[in-house]
Amino acid sequence: MYNEEMLELMKVVEAKRAENAALEPRRMTADEKDALLAQYHPDHKVEEFRELKIGPNKGGKVPNELADMLEANSRIAGKNIDLSNPDYECDVLIIGGGGAGTSAAIEADKNGAKVMIVTKLRMGDANTMMAEGGIQAADKPNDSPALHFVDCYGGGHYAAKRELVAKLVTKAPEAIKWLSELGVEFDKTEDGTMVTTHGGGTQRKRMHAAKDYSGAEIMRTLRDEVLNRQIPVVDFTAAIEIIKDDKGAAAGAVLLNMETKEILIAKAKTVIIATGGAGRVHYQGFPTSNHYGATADGLILAYRAGAKLRDVDTLQYHPTGAAFPEQIFGALVTEKVRSLGAKLVNIDGEVFMNPLETRDVTASSIIRECTTRGKGIPTPEGVGIWLDTPMIELKNGEGTIEKRIPAMLRMFGKYGIDIRKQPILVYPTLHYQNGGVDVTTDSMSTVENLYVAGEAAGGVHGRNRLMGNSLLDVIVFGRNAGQFASEKSKSVTVGNLTLSHVDAFEKEIADAGIATDKVSPMLLPDYARKN
Amino acid sequence: MSEMVNIFLFGKKYEVPSNLTIMKAMEYAGYQLIRGCGCRNGFCGACATIYRIHGDRELKACLACQTQVQDGMYIATLPFFPLVKQVYDIEKVKPTEQIMMQLYPEIYSCVGCNACTKACTQELKVMQYIAHAQRGEYEKCAELSFDCVMCGVCSSRCPAGISHPQVAMLARRLNGKYIAPECKHLNERVEEIDAGAFNSIIEELMGKPVEEIKELYNNREIEK
Repeated sequence: MYNEEMLELMKVVEAKRAENAALEPRRMTADEKDALLAQYHPDHKVEEFRELKIGPNKGGKVPNELADMLEANSRIAGKNIDLSNPDYECDVLIIGGGGAGTSAAIEADKNGAKVMIVTKLRMGDANTMMAEGGIQAADKPNDSPALHFVDCYGGGHYAAKRELVAKLVTKAPEAIKWLSELGVEFDKTEDGTMVTTHGGGTQRKRMHAAKDYSGAEIMRTLRDEVLNRQIPVVDFTAAIEIIKDDKGAAAGAVLLNMETKEILIAKAKTVIIATGGAGRVHYQGFPTSNHYGATADGLILAYRAGAKLRDVDTLQYHPTGAAFPEQIFGALVTEKVRSLGAKLVNIDGEVFMNPLETRDVTASSIIRECTTRGKGIPTPEGVGIWLDTPMIELKNGEGTIEKRIPAMLRMFGKYGIDIRKQPILVYPTLHYQNGGVDVTTDSMSTVENLYVAGEAAGGVHGRNRLMGNSLLDVIVFGRNAGQFASEKSKSVTVGNLTLSHVDAFEKEIADAGIATDKVSPMLLPDYARKN
Repeated sequence: MSEMVNIFLFGKKYEVPSNLTIMKAMEYAGYQLIRGCGCRNGFCGACATIYRIHGDRELKACLACQTQVQDGMYIATLPFFPLVKQVYDIEKVKPTEQIMMQLYPEIYSCVGCNACTKACTQELKVMQYIAHAQRGEYEKCAELSFDCVMCGVCSSRCPAGISHPQVAMLARRLNGKYIAPECKHLNERVEEIDAGAFNSIIEELMGKPVEEIKELYNNREIEK
């Protein structure tokens, strides 16, 4: 599948493989990392950000594309929405059917609440399904939640909410146990010891995995459990506005059937937003590793309802998106490939960095190598860096790739590239929304009874997330939101339903002199070619 | 620009660049997808697709996001297939042969035609894992079915009406919960945390000035 020029360039990589595999590249100092990020990380391109003119974060800087959506018109603007006869009524309304939404649903159901999930695609169509590498938890004797705390908080540039980090790391082992008891198959040795590896920026090997289908294995199990519990799931139905009551608390959502465009009303005592991330917004024109529905809907819904956001000016670019072949351009190449020993190599066959720096540092280093240093490998879509996958078997023995990263073997194999024998080409891809809706440790936003969990929530990862902390986040805080929202629902009496906050937001847009013909939330990207 | 090929979406002819996947070719043709499109990366099984190449007798199956178009390709997507999913309580079932007989008795009607295996978009040995399920060998069934994306193509080709992905889902959960060895260090750590063993050190971190945490972070000893 590689063209002749690529095969020619590959010879350098092959020639230096044995030597490169034996290298222990040094780690960058804190100052080196800061300088690298400031110059090369996409978060630092000032022209790509602007100040919000309205809403709870007025004056705060966000990416241009997000500002456009936060300052866009409601999908129900000018429409007469009848709230007097709700189509659905429940205790806990969960918006989103990914890892966080299903975890929340299971816990809320356990707690006796009447739960309903709405999701704009199918349950399980979520970034959780696509998480390959693993899930962190400090459960080995040489590790501790305190070490995990330092890795997470430091890796996130000391910007996370410490109380959220503390909850994430101390609830991590319990999350793994919970998943195991639901039947999730983690990689273990014969005596039951978890097979764990490093992720970028971890000081202990605490990455638990289910081959490189870690998220898929978790997601399909959670989905199966939701079905076993017979929790109602309304699929192909998007939430397009939060409904509040006259006391200012969240009390439901306006729903849109994605196929028939019918508007439906859901009334609830508490609402959980678990809508995930934003890769399909394609910030700064980057390709993305995210699923089709990752369009930041939750941020828009919450913001219009009056909830504060935090750290939404920082995105994660995964260092290793596929740069070739073009059919899988931007698709995720799991960090586990590097955890298992593959190194990043430039056009001259040099290992230019330690491959297990944090993701923001690694992505920036690849961008530097491909831009100012001019050491990238040309591809039909642009440029890439070699990720020398055959090193994995050189280090760990034949058969390792098939056993530990079968999805990668299959993904490239479909295009005639055997990653056991040939290196692959990678370049950063838009991967994760580091920030989100500001929440407390009980997962509630600044709006009463509006809970947010998973990638839609902010504060857990500061300004950079570590590998394996997102799967962990969706389980720990998905469950957390489900527990708190269901408990709270027991004492809630819903007042009169209203959408006056949406009208007020529309007025704010007009008063701020914003002229926009955009509507949000986006719901799905538009990839259809226009003739 | 890549050369153009003719494909037939639900029988209708479109000219599309030959380097596209089926999914991107549909979008090139002007489709705004809602169903039949999920992760776009081969993990979710939303885009199961059946196709036949003009002049060829054989029906093939694939994931639209993972398969390049070919000239003369007749394409029908299968965005939903009515699999049978039995409801059970994972705490009450046990990994015995009887459980399959109770929940999915149709697996014993397998006629051995191997159509499921031939159709699998992940190239799994589907008929073989069903054979393991019949014998209550859930560990083997789990291992062989592990890469299943539950797209449902296997079941669409099955004359016995078996819902293979759901059978495998049950087998994997039984294996993960009851058959795989218990993890001692995990249980111990959960007990330690519940007993409050880390409360004071976490509280200390919560209260530390940022400069001190930076010191800790920048001087970590990284496990080899």
